[in-house]
Amino acid sequence: MSTGTPRSLPSSGQKSLQDICHPLSAEESARSCSPDTLNTSNPGEKDRSLPNGTPVDTASPASSSSLLNRLQLDDDLDGETRDLFVTVDDPKKHVSTMETYITYRVCTKTTRTEFDFSEYSVRRRYQDFDWLRNRLEDSQPTHLIPPLPEKFVMKGVVDRFSEEFVETRRKALDKFLKRVADHPVLSFNEHFNAFLSAKDLNKRQGLALLTKMGESVKYVTGGYKLRGRPMEFAAMGEYLDIFTQKLGTIDRIAQRIIKEQSEYLMELREYSPVYTSWTSFEEDLHEPLEGVAGCVSNCTSALDELTEDMSEDFLPVLKEYVLYIESMKNVLKKRDQVQAEYETKLEAVVFREDKKTPVPTDVEKCQDRVECFNADLKADWDRWQNNKRQDFRQLLTGMANKNIQYYEKCLAAWESLIPLLQDKQEAKGETN
Amino acid sequence: MADSGSEDIAVIGNTDLTPSESENNIKNTMVEKGTNLLKRMEISVAEAEKRTGKNAVNMQETYTVYLVETRALDATSEGTTPVPDSLWRRYSEFELLKNYLLVTYPFLVVPPLPEKRAEFVWHKLSADNMDPDFVERRRVGLENFLLRVASHPALSNDKIFYSFLTEENGWKETVFETGFQAKADSRLKALNATFRVKNADKRFADMKHYGDELQSVISQLLRVRARAADRLYGVYKVHGNYGRVFSEWSAIEKEMGDGLQSAGHHMDAYAASVDDILEEEEHYADQLKEYLFYADAFRAVCRKHELTQYELEMAGQDLTSKKQQQEELATGTVRTFSLKGMTSKLFGQETPEQREAKLKMLETQIEEGEELVKERNAECEEFVKSAWVDIERFKEQKDHDLREALISYAIMQISMCKKGIQVWNNAKECFSKM
Repeated sequence: MSTGTPRSLPSSGQKSLQDICHPLSAEESARSCSPDTLNTSNPGEKDRSLPNGTPVDTASPASSSSLLNRLQLDDDLDGETRDLFVTVDDPKKHVSTMETYITYRVCTKTTRTEFDFSEYSVRRRYQDFDWLRNRLEDSQPTHLIPPLPEKFVMKGVVDRFSEEFVETRRKALDKFLKRVADHPVLSFNEHFNAFLSAKDLNKRQGLALLTKMGESVKYVTGGYKLRGRPMEFAAMGEYLDIFTQKLGTIDRIAQRIIKEQSEYLMELREYSPVYTSWTSFEEDLHEPLEGVAGCVSNCTSALDELTEDMSEDFLPVLKEYVLYIESMKNVLKKRDQVQAEYETKLEAVVFREDKKTPVPTDVEKCQDRVECFNADLKADWDRWQNNKRQDFRQLLTGMANKNIQYYEKCLAAWESLIPLLQDKQEAKGETN
Repeated sequence: MADSGSEDIAVIGNTDLTPSESENNIKNTMVEKGTNLLKRMEISVAEAEKRTGKNAVNMQETYTVYLVETRALDATSEGTTPVPDSLWRRYSEFELLKNYLLVTYPFLVVPPLPEKRAEFVWHKLSADNMDPDFVERRRVGLENFLLRVASHPALSNDKIFYSFLTEENGWKETVFETGFQAKADSRLKALNATFRVKNADKRFADMKHYGDELQSVISQLLRVRARAADRLYGVYKVHGNYGRVFSEWSAIEKEMGDGLQSAGHHMDAYAASVDDILEEEEHYADQLKEYLFYADAFRAVCRKHELTQYELEMAGQDLTSKKQQQEELATGTVRTFSLKGMTSKLFGQETPEQREAKLKMLETQIEEGEELVKERNAECEEFVKSAWVDIERFKEQKDHDLREALISYAIMQISMCKKGIQVWNNAKECFSKM
C-alpha cells in the first residue's frame, strides 16, 4: 500500500472521481440554490455514480449550502464530535529515470459511513495534494480552502530533498489535511474522500471544470465597483490587510532574532574554547576554568536548539498563515464577484422594466447565491478566526516555552558549576 | 614641598602632618616589618568630579578628579572620632604613583591601574572618557588599585604612597625629588635594548612564558566576550520589536487583544533587561582586565630579572677579560689574537715601567671588578629572593581573585537565566489566556 504509484491510472482506482458541480461553478446549478431547495442534493450528484455502489445520498451533507451543516459547524469547533483523523508521515524519496520526488504516507482513521473501511493508508506526493486543493476550490467555491505550502522553492537556496525541507513540508501538508478533515463541509467532499482512500487517484477528471470557472472572474476584472458591500465583509478585508501587515512584521522580527541568535551562537562557540585553552597553563584554576568552559558549551548547545526550534517550528507556521490569509482574501474576492454578478443583473432588470413587474427568477436566484455565499463565508470566517486564535495561542505559548526551556538548561548548567567553584575555595581556605 | 629638597625621602612624608597623622606615621614605621597599611587605615575613592581648567600649554581642558578618602583605624584615637581626610587626585597622579612604584620596586608585581581609555567594550557602551558609567567604573578601579597597594606587604609601607593618600599639595614634587625618573629612564633604555642572557634562570623564563600566555588568553577572552555581548544585546533588543507589533496587533483583535497587549509589555521588559545584564557583565570584564594588566606587571618583573642577570653577566665577563690581560702581561704570552699583540709586534716591546704601570692599573681594575661582580651577584640574589616571594604571593592572589571572579560570573549568569525564565513565564501566561 505504502508504495502505491502516485501516477494516476484511470482504470485502476477504487473509486473514479467525477466532477462535482457546485451551484456557483456552473450556470445550470443556479437552480438548486434558491432557499426552498437548500436541502436537496446538488444537481451534479445525479450524474455521479460510484463504482463500489456507495449510495449517492451519503455524500449530500457535503453540499455547501446545507443549513444543517452550517449549524453543525459551530458545534464542531471544539473538536468533540470529530470522527475523521488524518495524519501525514513517513516521507519517502522516489528516484526514477524521469524524475525524483517525495511521497508521504497519508493515514486515515474514521467512523464515517462514507468510507468502506475504518482505516486507510495511501501514499501521495505534493502534486496530489495540489490536485486535491484545486478540486476543493473548484467544487466548494464558497468555502475557505486551507493553504498548501508553497510549491516552488528558491532553487539552490533550499535543497528540495533535504531532511529539514521535507519535514517542514510534511508538517504543512499534515496541517492542510487536518484543517480539511476538521471542516464540516470540506471533509465530506468526494475528492477528499478519494484522496484519502483511493489507491490511485484519477486526476484527469475535473479538467473541464477549470474552463467553466473562468466565467465569473469577468465581473471583477472589469473593474466593477460594488455598490453595497456589506460592512462586515469590508471589515474582514480590512482586518486581513492589517493582519497580513502585522504577520509580516512578526515574521521579519523572528527572522532577525534567529539571525542575531546564530551570530551570538558563533561567538559562543569561540568563547568556550578560550576557557579551555586557559586551563592548559593553570594549576589551581584548572578545574574552575574547565567548569566554565563546559558550562558555556552547554549553554551554546541549548541556544543552538532554541534557534533550530524557532526556525523549524515558528517560522513555517507564520508562513502558513500568510498563505491562509491569501486563501481567505480569495474567498472574499469570489464573494464580491458573485455579488457583482447579482448587482449587474439587477441593474439591467431595473433599467429595462418598470418596477411593477416581478424580478425575474434568474436574478432572484442570483440573489440567493449571494446569500448562500455570505452565510458560508461568515461561518468559515468564524471558524478561521477560531483556528487562528488557537493556533497563535499555541504558537506563542510554544515560543515562550522554548525560551523558558533554554534558560532552564543554562540555569541548571551554571547552578551545577557553583558548588564546584565554591567547594574548591573552601577546601583551599581550610588548608590555609 | 618644593622647599624641602635636601631632606631625606623617608622624612619628607612626615612634614605638615596633623598630630594624629603623625601618630599614625609613627605606627607606620613600627609596622613596617609586617602588616599592611589597610589594617590601620580605611581607604576609598569616594567620588569623581568633572573639572575644567587650563593645561600646561594654556589650553582649556576638561578632566576628572577623584576624591581619595582615608580614615585612621587607630586604637589610640578611639576617644576622638576620626574625621576622614580627603583629597582630590587626577588619573595622571595615580599614574605617577604607579610609575614611581614600578621603578622603586622592580622586583615586585605592582598592581595595575584601570585602563585609561575603555577597551574591549561592546559597541553600545560609550568609549568616551567623560561618560558617567566609564568614570564610575574607573573610580572603582582606582579605589581597587589603592587597596591593592595598601594591602601589599611591601608596597603599603612606602612613604610616597602614604603621602599620596594624605598630602594634597606638593606630593608631585616629592615624587620627583626621589629622582626615580632618572633611574626609570636608564632602566627603560636598557629594557628596550635587545640583550641575551647566557644563563637564564629557568624559573623566571617559565614565569615570563606564563605571563605571555596569560596576557594573550585574557585579551582573547575579552575580545570574544565583547563580541558576544554585542550579539546578546541584539537578541534581546530585537525581541523588543515584538512589544510594539503585539500592541498594534492587539488593536484589531477581540478575544486575543488583552493577552497580546500584556505579552507585548513583557517583551518590552525583556528587551530592557539586557542593559542591566550587560552592565553587570562589564564588572566581570573589568576583573579580567585587571589581570590582563597584572600579566604585564608580572612580565615586567621577569624582564627586570633578566636585566639584573644580564648586568651580572656583563660584570663577570669584564672581570674575566681583565684577568686574562693581566695574565698576558705577566707571562708575556699572547693567547689570543688581539690588537695589543699586533701593536707590540709592530712597535716593539713596552718598557718595563710601562708594563708595571699597566699591571698595577689592571690590578685595581680587577679588584673593582671583583667588587662589582660580588655586588651584582648579591643584587641578583636579592632580586630573585624578593621577586620570588612576591610572585608566589601574586599567584595565590590571582588564583583566589579569578576564582572569585568566575563565581560571581556564574552567579550573574544564574540571575540572567532566572530573569529570562520569569519574563517568558509572564509572557506565556498572557499567551495562554488568549
